[in-house]
Amino acid sequence: MIKVLFFAHLKDSIGADSITLQMSGESISSLKKAISEQYKVDSLHTVMAAVNEEFADESTILADGDIVALIPPVSGG
Amino acid sequence: MNYEITRNAIDIQEVIDKVISRNAGAVTTFIGTVREMTYGKKTLYLYYEAYETMAVKKLEGIGREIKERWPESITAITHRVGKLEITDTAVVIAISTPHRNDAYEANRYAIERIKEIVPIWKKEIWEDGEEWIGNQKETVAYPKGKPEEKEIYD
Repeated sequence: MIKVLFFAHLKDSIGADSITLQMSGESISSLKKAISEQYKVDSLHTVMAAVNEEFADESTILADGDIVALIPPVSGG
Repeated sequence: MNYEITRNAIDIQEVIDKVISRNAGAVTTFIGTVREMTYGKKTLYLYYEAYETMAVKKLEGIGREIKERWPESITAITHRVGKLEITDTAVVIAISTPHRNDAYEANRYAIERIKEIVPIWKKEIWEDGEEWIGNQKETVAYPKGKPEEKEIYD
């Protein structure tokens, strides 16, 4: 099981701050595609991903128990 | 704890006190505050959200980067989240170094890095609407899904 966290406008579009998905052995890129299709959000190409609180690239393979955060461009400061 | 995310008003002196050192000849502070007018548009208030655990890790990472570049520096950063009113303090960065030039440069470095890699977002609330700030015009894209190496380590 993989937990996916959403922030800022993504949290608003998806309507939840997190979801859990039954998947493992797949890449971040396929996770994004799945979420994008399921929730009809089309701006995920501008969104970074972190796995277990470290930035990770699109080809990173996810394992059971991973916490993935989808991180829109940041605007702190 | 030199790197913090807080829901409360930031005590600026408390952040400064963390970097006071007998070896320091300069302390610079950057105080980010909530601005009312942005390009002619009036903000009523801001709402900041953070991925708090990761944000603290990334602030600590920025601290390590600063230490590598300015080995004698001491850094402390506190960022506030939640609802902030106009003129409230959103972020305080304090850096001490033996000599002033390094303290200025390191502080500038810190705020630029915060704006690149720390997972914190702000929403502007206006009289006629609201918007998460960050990439509405899609001018920033992350084709690899994360910041480029230079964005992370430069």
